[in-house]
Amino acid sequence: METEAQKYVWDGAIPLQIHLHDSEVTTLPPPSPALILAPRIGYLPLLSSQLKPFFSDSLPPGADTIWFEYKGLPLKWYIPTGVLFDLLCAEPERPWNLTVHFRGYPEHILIPCDGEDSVKWSYINSLKEAAYIIHGSSKNVMNMSHPDQVELWRSVMNGKLETYNRISSKLKLGITGDEFSGKPNPSPLKDQQSVNETEATAARKASRVPVRLYLWIVDKDFDDLEEAPNFDRWDQVSYINRPVEFYTEGKYFTLLDAVKSILPEFYPGSLNTTKAESKDEPGIEPENESHPVIKLLRIQGIEPKMEIPFSWVVNNLMNPDYFLHICLYIKAPKPIGT
Amino acid sequence: MVSNNATSDGSLSSTDFQIAAKAFAEKWQKFNSDFPEWLWIDCSNRLGFAAHGVSDGYLSVQNVFFQRSIKEEHGECCSNDYEERFDNATLVQSTSDDGHWYDFDIVYSSSYNVPVLYFRALSSDGQLLNQDEIEKNLPTESAKVLTESKWTFITQQVNSYLPYEHPYLNRPWYTLHPCGTSEWMRLLLAGENSTTENRVEQYLISWFSVVGQVFGLKLPLDMVKRDG
Repeated sequence: METEAQKYVWDGAIPLQIHLHDSEVTTLPPPSPALILAPRIGYLPLLSSQLKPFFSDSLPPGADTIWFEYKGLPLKWYIPTGVLFDLLCAEPERPWNLTVHFRGYPEHILIPCDGEDSVKWSYINSLKEAAYIIHGSSKNVMNMSHPDQVELWRSVMNGKLETYNRISSKLKLGITGDEFSGKPNPSPLKDQQSVNETEATAARKASRVPVRLYLWIVDKDFDDLEEAPNFDRWDQVSYINRPVEFYTEGKYFTLLDAVKSILPEFYPGSLNTTKAESKDEPGIEPENESHPVIKLLRIQGIEPKMEIPFSWVVNNLMNPDYFLHICLYIKAPKPIGT
Repeated sequence: MVSNNATSDGSLSSTDFQIAAKAFAEKWQKFNSDFPEWLWIDCSNRLGFAAHGVSDGYLSVQNVFFQRSIKEEHGECCSNDYEERFDNATLVQSTSDDGHWYDFDIVYSSSYNVPVLYFRALSSDGQLLNQDEIEKNLPTESAKVLTESKWTFITQQVNSYLPYEHPYLNRPWYTLHPCGTSEWMRLLLAGENSTTENRVEQYLISWFSVVGQVFGLKLPLDMVKRDG
């Protein structure tokens, strides 16, 4: 049973214009760029079967290992294509101009990729990790029958949502009921776990949600996304792989609450333990300078409001690996004392 | 600060990981002074801004030298002489053609709530070793550890040594997959009747006593022994 949003996610695609890198062009005139619609939930190396025939006549002799680059940045193939686009194109570029290489794999930067098998392996591993986060065990994924595993992977590769839902439902990875969207409960967002904590905890059920956060810390202000600088090294992106833990009953837990809980570095108040430990730092109840500012938060190509229930976001916008991939540009607060 | 739920299910909280890491590094230095030191790499500031009370980091040891002949020497197996075997992995000063340099990092996984070993290997001319070369140079025993024992690191689906992205360094490193770790750690710690605090401090030592075997690294008995 799919939701409308899930359909949009699965049908989502990025128009790509792919150029063969100059150093690998051996023909005159050089080959024209390839135009391809790449599924958001897909992975770049899976485009190989379409791209290789297109460029093979121009390639120098040698063995092929496909990899992609955007403005000099080698693209990590294990990040879903839609996430790469959301992260690297603050102002969406359509078509998205990528460069393809079949030679000179940058093995110091990218994990080796032996085609579809590697991508499938990476997907299944990610699914296993998600299962572990949700259940405390990866058994459901590891015990999947071989035909199911093959069919699940094919459904992801070919964008067959119905098949995917049929097989993945056997994994019983349902994260949490979307109980808030029908009955808004405008409880204050701050200090949400203050009173009656111990009493309430026993009755509440905690959910752990698999989240991959791609964080870019902006040091200068920009109002227009077109002014956002480009990446040229992956070191400029912090990749944060921390589950979000929240209670499905009780308080209203928003997307903003989730972001805060993943980034205690920026939002120390959101961690109970930190609260206690930082008591020797009085009065960091600061002016604007020391508050982080979220410049952009993008999931599946959209910029959801920060107040919407996190459970809705997860259930509708997660990737087929059961991870919610969040791209976040944040303007860091000025360090205290400077 | 030690959290209450520590280690009885074989997992570890991130706060406890830092406590365990400190205990491990200290004991290591005490009992393995010939071996390069494990250092705590503090990454609290990795987002360019460290909130007070939030700490983050991992354990790291660099330039561990393995003789190429490690495989043959370990082939005879089951020697009970820890000292001698340990000499296979000592830091030597001179460059040598017949061995490899390993870097090991112990990183906490928030997904699996366990430590994860990341490693990479370089030949003496500075080239990174690929998966085949690493596998070829590991002691024969480790293959057994990986495949036969119930301390299985591997899933049925994948190889034992996986290229993964190092979560702090943004580069491909190898790792032993952590999805089974909490299960065998639970069994390993089940016999303990020590206090929670001791369990936390003991955690990484017990963990490494298994994981280190993959590389033929054995902990000195004194280190494995409990205090008191």
